[in-house]
Amino acid sequence: MAYQFSFEPVFANWGLLVQGAALTLVLTAVSAAVGLAVGILGAVSRQWRLPILCQVFTAYVECIRNTPFLVQLYFIYFSLPALGMRLNGWEASVLAMVLNLGAYSTEIIRAGVASVPRGLIEAAESLAMSRWQCLFHVVLRPALKNVWPALCSQIVIVMLGSSVCSQIAAEELTFEANLIQSRTFRAFEVYLVSTGMYLLLAVGVRRCLHFFGRHYICRGRA
Amino acid sequence: MQKKAHRFDLVLVFMLLAAVFLGISNVQAADNALSAIKKSGVLAVAVPQDFPPFGSVGLDMQPVGYDIDMATLIAKSLGVKVRLVPVTSTNRIPYLTTGKVQLVISSLGKNAEREKTIDFSSAYAPFFNGVFGPKDLKANGAEDLAGKTIAVTRGAVEDMELTKIAPPTAEIRRFEDNSSTIAAYLSGQVQLVATGNVVAASINGQNPEKRLEVKFLIKNSPCYIGLNKEQPELLKAVNGIIAQAKADGGLEALSQKWLHTSLPQNF
Repeated sequence: MAYQFSFEPVFANWGLLVQGAALTLVLTAVSAAVGLAVGILGAVSRQWRLPILCQVFTAYVECIRNTPFLVQLYFIYFSLPALGMRLNGWEASVLAMVLNLGAYSTEIIRAGVASVPRGLIEAAESLAMSRWQCLFHVVLRPALKNVWPALCSQIVIVMLGSSVCSQIAAEELTFEANLIQSRTFRAFEVYLVSTGMYLLLAVGVRRCLHFFGRHYICRGRA
Repeated sequence: MQKKAHRFDLVLVFMLLAAVFLGISNVQAADNALSAIKKSGVLAVAVPQDFPPFGSVGLDMQPVGYDIDMATLIAKSLGVKVRLVPVTSTNRIPYLTTGKVQLVISSLGKNAEREKTIDFSSAYAPFFNGVFGPKDLKANGAEDLAGKTIAVTRGAVEDMELTKIAPPTAEIRRFEDNSSTIAAYLSGQVQLVATGNVVAASINGQNPEKRLEVKFLIKNSPCYIGLNKEQPELLKAVNGIIAQAKADGGLEALSQKWLHTSLPQNF
């Protein structure tokens, strides 16, 4: 007996799915912006071995990269209240995703910074630029340009990982898909549609990042 | 010719004897079950072994639980010994109807289908889905949920009912499974939680400092004792024992011991 497809219940709840997708994008945008900032700070701390920050960031990177994202999320949502810090579903999701992206992008950007040709830095030093001036004007752009594809992939991975945040009742796309499934019991149709939506979101985000990279990061030679 | 007739006579005699025996045994079954119990001095009761806190196997391999205590109480009130017969959800009613036991005390719910086959006593144990919360939070009905956060397991009976009756300003947080729902309440992420009273009982047993008090019921399906039909004396006796236990606090003591909470009001 062939399975009877019935997409009407799914499309009747179209608004919920679009709402979930929009909130997934918001989560990703905020996490990407803050996570990249954290990553740049961490990469610089580790590469230049700044006194306290280097140890702090090393410990942070090792912790986050060697534990599962779901466990980090549960720790922030369920365990932190016992220490007095109560974050709701949204705040916990954003914090977890920022920490996650920050750790992975620290290592990626550090690789980029290390790959900048030594000659460029020596040229900057010979122009009496301070270390921070050298960073902002000379090192950062080529570093990011070298690792931009890897950074884009990491951001998309974190966006897809946001589906895990449905476990703490953050109402993003996976949560809405699960909700519709539990009301209409059309699991195949619901998850097919939400998979398609994640695919479109991922392709779209990648295109946007590629465009951003080409026009703001990878300008000019070297 | 004579042999054939002789055999036919034998068959007739056997059929007659069978009819007489059946008739006698029927008369015996229609005998008063209550007096039969008192005469034999043993009350056979079907109890669960796989459903704590109503019935499970203790460390000494003896059955323990709310239903076992209820069975012992009834036998004591009737002045007889109790014989506990472990059953499962599928065979508990057949054991009753075939006479292997006289009572079924196995967290039995009442529905029209079962009413056709067996009789039910009055309710002896609460079994409900409700909204629970800390002692100092007042919430006597669905309208009191306005502006409060409440955790519920997505897709469960409580989820469906609560979505229907909760006011629009109530924040319902739906979690994927029972344990996340409970963890959300225990970690203080939500103020109230909607779940079943058996789950609440096990939490209260493990976390006495974060007691769950029942605020109001969402769906009530209390447990009844099952008896065979046409046993009015036994039914009256059992109902009398339950009423007596309610009046003198015996039922409340059972509820505290096994469900770690009071009986709901108007039980």
